[in-house]
Amino acid sequence: MTLKEISRLLNASVINDSTDIEMDIQSACSADMMSTVMYYHSANSLLITSLTQPSVIRTAEMAGIKAIVFVLNKKPDANLIELAGLKNIPLLSTPFCMYTASGTLFEAGMPSCFGK
Amino acid sequence: MALDIDHPIEGSFQIIGGNFDTAGAASSQLKSKLVELNVNEDVIRHAAIATFEAEMNVIIYAAAGRLSYLITPTYIEIKIDDMGPGIKDIEQAMQEGYSTAPEWVRAMGWGAGMGLPNMKKNSDEFKVDSVVGEGTLIEMTLNFPE
Repeated sequence: MTLKEISRLLNASVINDSTDIEMDIQSACSADMMSTVMYYHSANSLLITSLTQPSVIRTAEMAGIKAIVFVLNKKPDANLIELAGLKNIPLLSTPFCMYTASGTLFEAGMPSCFGK
Repeated sequence: MALDIDHPIEGSFQIIGGNFDTAGAASSQLKSKLVELNVNEDVIRHAAIATFEAEMNVIIYAAAGRLSYLITPTYIEIKIDDMGPGIKDIEQAMQEGYSTAPEWVRAMGWGAGMGLPNMKKNSDEFKVDSVVGEGTLIEMTLNFPE
């Protein structure tokens, strides 16, 4: 599923300008604990989170996450956006809560990073 | 496939405890090194995760620490030693979900009790030595696929 399709399904806005909207995403995980994200790691995946700490970007960088969706319209600060830009990680913000965002993508056929 | 390098490559990074702003910088530099050397993508991800978890433990619990690595044609060895409080019961600390992290650390997305288990899960060889009041040494080896 492309990031463009994900953005449409989640009514999401794109936070950083240089985002590759046609990027292909193959799986997703939803978590606020970064070790959980790394436990379920998978290449070319999407992270759905409400956490806006800079370490979210580092976690994405290490765990093979290609893009991040912040739920509940959360917007990270300038430092996080800058780091995401350096690492070429697109950032989206959705008005949905984590449950609805995850369910919407699951219903549209997006598999879990964990495979079950 | 073995790496095309003439001699082993060594390096190290200092890690400052409590500095969440630059957390992950050491792991990121090691990851860049592995990318530069054309290491297998899956091995890079496993090494990056294992290293980042260890780096975060230094930042959360210790005053300071050091990450050092040795890259050979067939494996990478990663060591993280710190000047921290040490681990009282290593067996308990290896249980998934067990954490002594304070609430403010959890609010930053850490302290899920998955750090040490994630390091073990992502490495081929894993060893932890710790002395309470002195510090902890983590040693991990990841083999490159043949």
